[in-house]
Amino acid sequence: MSTTLDWAEGVLGWAVANWSHPGEPDRGVLPRLLEHIRLAYSSIAIGLALAIPLGLACVRWRILYPPLLTGVNVLYAVPSIALFFLMLPYTGFSDWTAIVPLALYTLVILLPNVVDGLRQVPDHVRQAAVAMGFGPLRRLISVETPVALPIIIAGLRVASVATISMVSVASLVGLGGLGRLILSDGFRRQFDAPIIVGIVLVVALALVTDALLVLAQRLLTPWARRDRRPRTGRALRRAAAAAPTGAETIGSTAGAPPGKG
Amino acid sequence: MTVEILDGLVAWFNDPAQWAGPAGIPARLGEHVYYSLLALVLSALIAVPIGLLTGHTGVGGFLTASLANLARALPTIGVLFLIVLAAGIGLVPVITALVALAVPPILVNTHEGVRSVEPGLRDAAAGMGMRGREVLLRLEVPVAMPLILIGMRTAAVQVVATATIAAYVGVGGLGRYIVDGQARQDLSMILGGSALVVLLAVATTLVFAGLRRVLVAPGLRAEAAPAR
Repeated sequence: MSTTLDWAEGVLGWAVANWSHPGEPDRGVLPRLLEHIRLAYSSIAIGLALAIPLGLACVRWRILYPPLLTGVNVLYAVPSIALFFLMLPYTGFSDWTAIVPLALYTLVILLPNVVDGLRQVPDHVRQAAVAMGFGPLRRLISVETPVALPIIIAGLRVASVATISMVSVASLVGLGGLGRLILSDGFRRQFDAPIIVGIVLVVALALVTDALLVLAQRLLTPWARRDRRPRTGRALRRAAAAAPTGAETIGSTAGAPPGKG
Repeated sequence: MTVEILDGLVAWFNDPAQWAGPAGIPARLGEHVYYSLLALVLSALIAVPIGLLTGHTGVGGFLTASLANLARALPTIGVLFLIVLAAGIGLVPVITALVALAVPPILVNTHEGVRSVEPGLRDAAAGMGMRGREVLLRLEVPVAMPLILIGMRTAAVQVVATATIAAYVGVGGLGRYIVDGQARQDLSMILGGSALVVLLAVATTLVFAGLRRVLVAPGLRAEAAPAR
């Protein structure tokens, strides 16, 4: 037990001692963490920025969706390592080598959720908006998007966890944020402390991001909480079982408080 | 530039030396399929029973989902390198890392598949006199099968893609072309290896499309929504 404790203390000591090196801005744990956040968040943001207009187009022109979904699923089958290497001749060792493939993966995960979310807006809600004189754009922004938001955020949560974990793989092409800590400082030097610190920080970053998305969902859809309160657990479970998409069920994973469903 | 890259790739695939011996494409492909299958079967043996149990009883669902989500956040290369440092080079670290990658999607989808069986169906099964185990095996497993298969497919594609990193710890598989190509600055070799992994991943999704036809009852074949 005490050896485990000593070992953990050693790992922690290494992390503290190597957190950052004043005067050498590219060395240490902190620069790698910031690089990881930069690569992951820009990939997620670009993926989201692509998924929403594409999803809208798929809902507006229905025939677009099946071929686009197939194409996107084939893309998902392409391993990230292979994509990073395929990007190398075009983007070299710039951030884009990591961001382009990761943004595509985010798009792959998000597109079905955006389409399902927009499609499951109840018809009477849409008709009510039309009856109130909402034009297509205003209807989209103030009625359809808010109703679809929980499913879109559920997809975003899955995509962000996957992306944050996958950024590390980019270390094999010389990028990769905390992955570089794991590979260069840890594995190549046969030293376990940087690997542990890297893994822990990647998982922590994923959990913090997930919590932020849950928080965003609560702030953006306050009516969901209001509706839920009077219902019993059983009624909720029944409602969840009747929900048409599996995407919604993802939302009930890590961030949801226990005993709420 | 693109044309040169394609020419190099075609030349790489056309080289007869590429198709024979222990470093040839058939041998590397065989290794890759072997690691992937081994990891997938082990993961299914772990994840499917647990998912069926938690889905059927409704106990531990939150814990399962949280653990699966946590495992999903684990960076695979970190896990792999850590086990290599602890246990040495070989197949064990590779398979362990791949299992850690494949268990969450199978577990979550199995759990959700069983849990989301309509209560009306469950009531009907109970009304027909089925007991708990019969309800599980004759109702819940078949109804959950589309989602279980989607979970397995997601896991399989990820495993096939990630088995590439086996080469970084001195084991074979298609990743060898990527690692050795990187060491020799041979772009055609890297791209050839990557293309083979992509083809294998696409073939994997096709295999699961076939499995779906065989294993899913005809009444249930309407598109099931995945929980990735």
